[in-house]
Amino acid sequence: MDALKNFIDTISSPQLFITATIIGFFVVMHYVRFFTKTPVFLTFLGLFTTFFLVSLTDDHFRKIVTLPDNVPIVGMLFLIIFFTWFSLRKGVDNDIRTEKGEPTFEKSEANEKLFVWPNLVYTEFLCMILATIVLLIWALALQAPLEEPANPTISPNPSKAPWYFLGLQEMLVYFDPWIAGVVLPVLIIVGLMAIPYLDKNKKGNGYYTFKERKFAIVSFLFGFLVLWIFLIVIGTFLRGPNWNFFGPYEVWDVHKVVPSVNINLSEIIFIKWFQTAMPRFWFTREIFGIILVFVYFGLIPIVLAKTLFKKFFMEMGAIRYGFLMMLLLTTVALPIKMYLRWLFNIKYIVAIPEYFFNI
Amino acid sequence: MATAPKKSLWENFRQSQIWKSIFRHGKPTDKRNRSLVILSNVFLHLHPVTARKSGIRISYTWCMGGLAFFIFLVEVITGVLLMFYYRPTAEYAFSDIMALRDHVPLGIMREIHRWGAHAMVIAVWLHMFRVFMTGSYKPPREFNWNIGVILLVLTLLLSFTGYLLPWDQLAIWAITVGSNMARATPFLGHEGPGASFLNIAGVSLVHSGDDVRFALLGGRFVGAATLLRFYILHCVAIPLAAAVLMAVHFWRIRKDGGISTPV
Ligand code: HEM
Repeated sequence: MDALKNFIDTISSPQLFITATIIGFFVVMHYVRFFTKTPVFLTFLGLFTTFFLVSLTDDHFRKIVTLPDNVPIVGMLFLIIFFTWFSLRKGVDNDIRTEKGEPTFEKSEANEKLFVWPNLVYTEFLCMILATIVLLIWALALQAPLEEPANPTISPNPSKAPWYFLGLQEMLVYFDPWIAGVVLPVLIIVGLMAIPYLDKNKKGNGYYTFKERKFAIVSFLFGFLVLWIFLIVIGTFLRGPNWNFFGPYEVWDVHKVVPSVNINLSEIIFIKWFQTAMPRFWFTREIFGIILVFVYFGLIPIVLAKTLFKKFFMEMGAIRYGFLMMLLLTTVALPIKMYLRWLFNIKYIVAIPEYFFNI
Repeated sequence: MATAPKKSLWENFRQSQIWKSIFRHGKPTDKRNRSLVILSNVFLHLHPVTARKSGIRISYTWCMGGLAFFIFLVEVITGVLLMFYYRPTAEYAFSDIMALRDHVPLGIMREIHRWGAHAMVIAVWLHMFRVFMTGSYKPPREFNWNIGVILLVLTLLLSFTGYLLPWDQLAIWAITVGSNMARATPFLGHEGPGASFLNIAGVSLVHSGDDVRFALLGGRFVGAATLLRFYILHCVAIPLAAAVLMAVHFWRIRKDGGISTPV
């Protein structure tokens, strides 16, 4: 057992977890019909629950997971797993009906009108009672935390933002605060608001489906599940003192030293490749990074519009397409920056500390 | 000796003047009265009288929007009770919370309020997830989706501002970490890109004493002024805004043709 735990702790790293999650995500999306089969899902859920329950025997794991403020995140994790399966499954079921030429489940019931009293009101009432019971039990079982009185001179280590912002705090590892803390949240909000105006697909309105909205669903779920929920889980359970990464059973050691060997792209280019001194003037120094960013956000959309996304581009028009690409590329920029960091130790692609402008 | 079937106490009560003064319709067992029960009640009339079966199904909506709203109401009630015991000053805040824990009999209001806050965030996320998966943001519901996104932001801000109020280490440092990012706002934060361009003859216009973070915290650090600001935002400003937007949200559900169905 201990050997197994040690093994898990040693191989645990953001690299492994995030890579595995991304691959796992796309595998599930690709074989969605297989993975939403009830026995397959139950097996997965069973394995996950077993892993969780067995892990609870570990002192450190139990301590972190049962911290009163962390308990909701455990609950959320199970709820998200369930509802992801549930909604995908309903989509797949409808897709199969459509393939057979039958109306979707929702369509078959859409013309039947029911009285809201009692049909809906009673359901709502039951939900309310259930929610009340859950809240009461939860409140009786766990006391709301209260630590030492506020003291501006002693900062706890780790200092964590409230849990729903830990995805953003995790992004701080890879981006400067102006991106992780300001630009990305703003883009998340703007992006969410833009969804109805970007998605011109008329199908899939008012019923569950997967096949008819594959692109929309896969992009949304990638952002929601992988880049939001999963980063929160990492930030809550696996980030310890100094925001260092710890395995699930690894005790949070304040003195854990993680060598920081990150360098900027400009340093790689000038010192390693050109073997010259760094240019003094920031623009000359960062010119390659700036070009790279322009290529990424400017050239890629154009190239894609002419090739792979030609159909999209035609359907959406230039403005919608450009906006969508900006959002998608920004989303993908996060994993890209992660891999640049892990593979090449790149800190910034553009580093202009003179103006607090680092990408 | 044959007696007329006796009416139960409950039945009698339903015939009384008191009951009839409140509910002006008969038992909701026929069509007419099932319509009246919805139409004559200000709370129930958020609903339509009839709805499509597909939209009523809990497997379709997960009742998540309803739950988010219900938890919001729970938070309002428990929040008001907590306000009786709590003074938002650096001097009293922490000890008031201590007193609440140690001296108030059956005191689980703070627990319900705190866990409810977590639950509401989760419910709102799941609600958004459901709305996305049923494609319910598509026309004619684009605008209501947008109202929803603002509600989501307000829910997070409610949670965030409330986090500070216990005035313990957890609170001030979480808010410190959370608000530190505002320093880096482009142009508006003193460590943000572009801020250094905003100067007049070398005198910088954006510095740690007047940037967005300062406006948010009412100071350079999380302090007494921050506590007051967050208290007012948490107890007055954001709940009011959220309540208004929820009214709009619910109104629009009706105006957009009820819960979405296949067209
Ligand atoms: C405090 C937060 C919120 C509350 C109290 C709330 C409440 C509700 C309720 C009660 C419904 C009725 C159907 C259901 O329960 O699913 C609903 C529907 C809807 N909500 Fe929300 N909501 C909130 C946040 C959001 C968010 C974050 C979004 C999206 C980003 C959203 C978008 C919608 C849309 C588009 C509908 C119509 C769904 C349909 O017709 O199928 N709402 N909301």
